[in-house]
Amino acid sequence: MANLLEMRNVHTYIGEYHILQGVDFTASAGQVSVLLGRNGAGKTTTLKTIMGLHPAKSGTILFEGKPIEKLSTHKIARSGLGYVPEDQGIFSTLTVEENIRVAMRDQSDATAKRINYVLELFPDLKKFWKKNGGNLSGGQKQMLSMARAFIQDSRLLLIDEPSKGLAPVVIGKVIEAIHELKKQSTIVLVEQNFRMASKVGDTFTLIDDGRTVHTGEMGYLIENEEMKRKYLGIG
Amino acid sequence: MAKALSLHNGVYLIIALALIIFPFVTESRTWTILLTQIFIFAILAMSYDLLLGYTGIVSFGHAMFFGIGAYSTGIFLKSFEPTLLYFILSIACGMVLAAIVSFFVGILTLRLKSHYFAMLTLALSGLFLVAAEKWRTLTYGNDGFTFRAPEIFQDRLVFYLVALGCLLASFVFLKRFVSSPMGRVLISLRENESRTASLGFKTLHYKVIASVAAGVIASLAGSLYAISLRFVNTSVMTMDITLDALLMTIIGGVGTLIGPILGAGVIELAQHYLSGLARENPIFERWIILFGILYILAVIFFPRGIAGGIQSLYLKLRGKKVGVHRSLKKRVVKS
Repeated sequence: MANLLEMRNVHTYIGEYHILQGVDFTASAGQVSVLLGRNGAGKTTTLKTIMGLHPAKSGTILFEGKPIEKLSTHKIARSGLGYVPEDQGIFSTLTVEENIRVAMRDQSDATAKRINYVLELFPDLKKFWKKNGGNLSGGQKQMLSMARAFIQDSRLLLIDEPSKGLAPVVIGKVIEAIHELKKQSTIVLVEQNFRMASKVGDTFTLIDDGRTVHTGEMGYLIENEEMKRKYLGIG
Repeated sequence: MAKALSLHNGVYLIIALALIIFPFVTESRTWTILLTQIFIFAILAMSYDLLLGYTGIVSFGHAMFFGIGAYSTGIFLKSFEPTLLYFILSIACGMVLAAIVSFFVGILTLRLKSHYFAMLTLALSGLFLVAAEKWRTLTYGNDGFTFRAPEIFQDRLVFYLVALGCLLASFVFLKRFVSSPMGRVLISLRENESRTASLGFKTLHYKVIASVAAGVIASLAGSLYAISLRFVNTSVMTMDITLDALLMTIIGGVGTLIGPILGAGVIELAQHYLSGLARENPIFERWIILFGILYILAVIFFPRGIAGGIQSLYLKLRGKKVGVHRSLKKRVVKS
């Protein structure tokens, strides 16, 4: 399967701290690739580095074969990457409708189709169309954030800890949504909740202390108790 | 929502009509002059609200643009015939200059984080102030200069109506601006800049556009201010002007546009009455201290400003009303 995104030996600093110390990662088209690791391992920084929010100091990031590590965030987003941050990044004083509209790049039929698609996928957004983003529940905010990234026709969605702070019943809905979105887009998922990650992920990459330590099929990790214990503290 | 909006527009329309009719039903010259002053500062405060309230930019250099407008009108009318045509040209010239300056200042400074940006705008504003003081052949330095206003403005009523017209036009323009897709991007920027960039927006572009729009409107206020005094000196570029705009916006309600108009009204009226009281009681000679107390109280008890406070009260009352309806509904269902 073709690699949509490829990171080679990426190093990132935040201030004087050397956070990513050699991350290698690939995301294949049509798959859900999961980044796993303990708290502070560098998973969120990896996504932020891909988006140019914490630019890479060295290394290469290729998207559809083209280097993007030197591009600014808005150019990376416009090249086809959608980002759903950990805090969801909802604009709280804008309504659901305005949050969606602000993400629309054009008024084309294709955009209208995508909006209809996400409104069918997340009916709550339709229900609270005129409600302020800040008044939504955690799960609804998560859905709005994913919807917003999707309607931009993102060929690659970077989703950071979508299950964080959500009730189990809502996590179930997020899993369903990711399965649905996977039909239309490639997904890179950062997830702390291994149960969720194992349900949606096709491949995994383990990050520890800012370095890639293992990568492979998700089935392999599910079976490998020692690896889970060593790098995720479970099992 | 649509109903609420039309209610808002209805209220705005009634207030605008009342202000148009006002000078025809009163002969008070003081009130006409005071209200004209309020309209001018309301325009300035609204322009500041576009920066602070809608884009999240704290600028300490907004007086620069007010000063550019004031000086272009003053210099134009002193150098040429004080006709209406030259007055309009002076406003246009001030706006173009303000647009050019705010564009370059924006490009240079808006890349910086908020506090560095604020400090740099303060420094640039200081630079303009010093330039106005030193370029005596043009500005007459600190002493300033007087000039003749167009004949038509000898009648204060006409100038009152012109200032009101400019206020209404600025309000409608800014309202449409912040309600447009561009306005939504500015609000997104205020809330989360990196998130807005992640959605594919070049945030610097949008901040510069807001800065240019705010600069142009502030320049209009400066031109009107110069006409109202028929005098310009370097005081139009001082930090006091920026602080006035900032306080009018905060006291009126940040990010509301109507708030800065209310803030300008409250501050100008308070200044007028408190300084007037000084003639009756010496304690009010230190009215500026009372003013400071008023600011502190306003910030403590109305953190969202007057407009924000009214909005909260309205929502609270509406919430209670909804609550009553809900409880009634429940009772109806039970019975």
